[in-house]
Amino acid sequence: MKSLKLKKILLTLPLISATLFAGTSTYAEELRLLTWGGYAPDEVIKLFKEETGIDVKVTKSNNEDMISKLRATGGSGFDLAQPSQDRVTGAQENHDIYKPMDLSKINGGLFITSMLDATKANTTFKDNVYSVPHIWGTSGLVVNTKTAGMVKDYTDLCSKDLMGKVSYRLKRPTLIGFAFAMGLDPFAAYADKEKYTELMSKVEAKLVECKPVVKTYWTGGDALLNLLRSGEVTAAMAWDTGGWKLNKENKDITFVAPKSGALGWIDTFTLPRKGKNDEAAYKWINFVMKPEIAAKITAVAGNFTASKGADEFADDVLKAQFQDSFPQAALDNVKWYPPVPAGLEEIEGKVLDRVKAAK
Amino acid sequence: MKQHTSIFFWLLLAPFALWLILLVIIPHIDMLGIALREQTAPREYAFSFKNFIEFFTEPLYWRTFMRTAVMSILATALTLLIAFPVSYYIAKMLRGRSKSFLFLLCLIPFWVSELVRTYGWMILLRETGVISNALQWAGLVSGPVELLYNDAAIMVGLVYTSMLFMVVPLVTVLESLDDDIIEASYDLGGNMWTTMRQIVIPHAMPGIVSGCIIVFMMTLGNYLTPNLLGGKDSLWFTEQIYTQFITRFNWELGSAFGILLLLLSSLIVWLGLKLSRQTLTSTMT
Amino acid sequence: MTQNVTAKNSNNSTIIDLETRNVNKHYGDFTAVDDVSLKIEKGSFFSILGPSGCGKTTLLRMIAGFDEPDSGDILIQGSSVLGVPANKRPANMVFQHLALFPMMSVADNVAYGLKQRKVASAEINKRVKNALESVDLGDSGKKKISQLSGGQKQRIAIARCLVLEPKLLLLDEPLGALDLKLREHMKVELKQMQSRVGTTFIYITHDQSEALVMSNKVAVMNNGAFEQVGTPSDLYYHPETSFVAGFVGDANKWQAKVTQVDNVSCTTQVANGPALRGKINGTAPIAVGEKVDVFVRPEAIKIVQSGQTADQNENSLQCTVVDLLFNGANSTALLVDVASGKELHVALPQTGEFIGLQKGEALTISWSQDQTHCFSSKFLHPRADT
Repeated sequence: MKSLKLKKILLTLPLISATLFAGTSTYAEELRLLTWGGYAPDEVIKLFKEETGIDVKVTKSNNEDMISKLRATGGSGFDLAQPSQDRVTGAQENHDIYKPMDLSKINGGLFITSMLDATKANTTFKDNVYSVPHIWGTSGLVVNTKTAGMVKDYTDLCSKDLMGKVSYRLKRPTLIGFAFAMGLDPFAAYADKEKYTELMSKVEAKLVECKPVVKTYWTGGDALLNLLRSGEVTAAMAWDTGGWKLNKENKDITFVAPKSGALGWIDTFTLPRKGKNDEAAYKWINFVMKPEIAAKITAVAGNFTASKGADEFADDVLKAQFQDSFPQAALDNVKWYPPVPAGLEEIEGKVLDRVKAAK
Repeated sequence: MKQHTSIFFWLLLAPFALWLILLVIIPHIDMLGIALREQTAPREYAFSFKNFIEFFTEPLYWRTFMRTAVMSILATALTLLIAFPVSYYIAKMLRGRSKSFLFLLCLIPFWVSELVRTYGWMILLRETGVISNALQWAGLVSGPVELLYNDAAIMVGLVYTSMLFMVVPLVTVLESLDDDIIEASYDLGGNMWTTMRQIVIPHAMPGIVSGCIIVFMMTLGNYLTPNLLGGKDSLWFTEQIYTQFITRFNWELGSAFGILLLLLSSLIVWLGLKLSRQTLTSTMT
Repeated sequence: MTQNVTAKNSNNSTIIDLETRNVNKHYGDFTAVDDVSLKIEKGSFFSILGPSGCGKTTLLRMIAGFDEPDSGDILIQGSSVLGVPANKRPANMVFQHLALFPMMSVADNVAYGLKQRKVASAEINKRVKNALESVDLGDSGKKKISQLSGGQKQRIAIARCLVLEPKLLLLDEPLGALDLKLREHMKVELKQMQSRVGTTFIYITHDQSEALVMSNKVAVMNNGAFEQVGTPSDLYYHPETSFVAGFVGDANKWQAKVTQVDNVSCTTQVANGPALRGKINGTAPIAVGEKVDVFVRPEAIKIVQSGQTADQNENSLQCTVVDLLFNGANSTALLVDVASGKELHVALPQTGEFIGLQKGEALTISWSQDQTHCFSSKFLHPRADT
């Protein structure tokens, strides 16, 4: 009861702060950015301020949190958000929290063309484009090759040999990853709820079967890295950057693209419906997509951007790690998330609940 | 004169009333409204009992609900069991400086946030943690032992987090018991057990009940501790509410769960008061 | 001094309910109870009188079993109770603040001790009813403790103990919290109750009037030791130490030096004051040149009628009236000795002959040598067994 009240307060807080900031924003120009950790390094914010005189105020978040926050305020309180491209249209359809992007304000030449086109196509709702791409990456397996070298795919995490040494999240990427590893194609079933439900029930059975092997379902990236570092966990499902980060400390641990394909995601730039400073938002997008700036962000976030030519500025170690984890075949095999139709999350939610409750 | 007092009365009441209405009553009415609707199409909602029906037809939710209630009651009972002797010792056995010292000792863990306290327990209990290493060093176990990620770990965390909130009302109520009365019981032939049962516990009942209410509510509404210490099987109802609100975008079901949790906690507190023959007012004074 | 107690014991006709033998109790460097020996006859009302901090409460708590003596022995009806916990001793205590159980009804308070002894419930009901009736609270059994008046609480606290038929009833200044009128009433009531039930009462108090009115025998305690044990009138008329003379009843006191000793009396000289003659009291011998305390009670002093002269064999002083303190039968005059400037209290007999006394009036007072008590200033420990 208590925490629920708290939640209520948390949900209304952005409302209050939004009205407060609406008053102040007329005095000093400001860009309120709702983004992921590492996507707006201090150094870049400083350079941006020098060039444009605009202050950037960063709120760190994740996909679900972004939608929840914007839903609670009806899309106000922030001027620019960075949801993954597959989570834009569904949220827009259900909650009406974004506004279409004016592509004429975007310097398209800064983007890798294929990626820009793919994101535009994926975030089109009722003939309006809502997003342009920013950072992309994959999730797959982080493995200690010495002790768990046989893990090549998601379903290998069920191996009895790894009893108590495995960790993954109880979230939708896990469901999708296991589905692919089981030879199913969840993306093909997206449009058909019935078919998707059936497919998910198979995944549910597999995850319940795997549960005894799992040490814990991780919730925070840092906690997972600690588990891997201490050796309490030897194989996990996680983001590529986490694996590469550990690889710098311990050569045995690295990111492995699963046989059935790593899951590719693209985080976007999207405008909240009641954003107050679209001009600043466009300026920020055009600023951070410059190759030399994009490279600075890659250095901090660990992931590559959709900026054309930024690779040249990127760190050699990271490039080597990337090539190590992604030979050409693995790169071709990456499964890019298509937009999630509204309503699928409910089906997945129940599956996750049942897995959690299973003994 | 009468006019004056009533103006002052309302002025004094105003901040509390405002707080109550803005942060408690309105959100709850709003929540009830959300709980009683269902999404029929994108951005369209209709009045419905679907969320409540779903709670009662889906065994998972019902089970999580009961599990949370039972674990909370158990945690409350354990806290009481541990806190009572500690409080009795502080209130009745110690004097002066050692008394305030021990009281302070109970307070120290609360100088850091709940998150830090919980991580503290994780450091102690994890497979590569302090206790596991100590057991191996002492030769009591041959390999690392995992003490984390089970219900016992949740219980330890919950009891630890709740201790102070049980000790404070107990020490207060026990200090108000005259030593004479305890001696009188012995003098009239009572032993330690009958004195505790017939004199000390009846006297301490308001403190016991208020401590239990606070601990029970805190435990029931706890989110961090069960989540972090419980691992893969840590079903907790507040976690369920959080999930519905934040990761499923299902405010409707989340609100319904919130209302049900409110009803459950009220019911259990009411039952507790009935069983202990206390009134809410007697425990609060 | 305790000869009276032991003498009766020797003829074997009486039972000794309580005996303490050389009981000592120390708290760190502080001696709370110093080598106390006493014997109390069955059925007596025995008071321990002393100022606060004299050790009387510690002594009582050792008898009750809440504290153990460092050395010595405590015997109840001839058997040692050392090591016997409070809840097993045949002695019950009425606490200073009564310590009734507020969480129980009046009847449950009285029944508490019987329940601990696993007495059958029908028997408990009967005895509780009798006990309540014996203190005139027969219909208050269902009441809460908070509904009782001060005097009623007092009676319940005693009934709660007496229902257990203890060999000793220990009372720790239970009248202290009552107002004056009720206290006077309860003194009489307690005395009557004790003679009715016949249980041995051990009563501790710092109020001499309580001790004198109620007791068969009083022990005066000071600095952890007994100064004198005796009947109230013994203490009043034949104090054996300077402390008793000063503490029991009112007295005028001088400090003086002995100038002459003859057999049982002596002559003393107060510095810058009168020469006084008096009886030598106490067990300690007195020599010439020694310092003594000289006491005389206010009611022993006569005011010499104007025109008459004081008896040559009596002590006499020239005084002026400083104030008149009217208090009915206890009225006194505050005088000041013209020579030394010392203030004196003199009782005013209510026969009317001094009704015209005025402030500032000069007069002569006198008192007999027999009523003048001289004590050596050197404190000597009065051993009970020497």
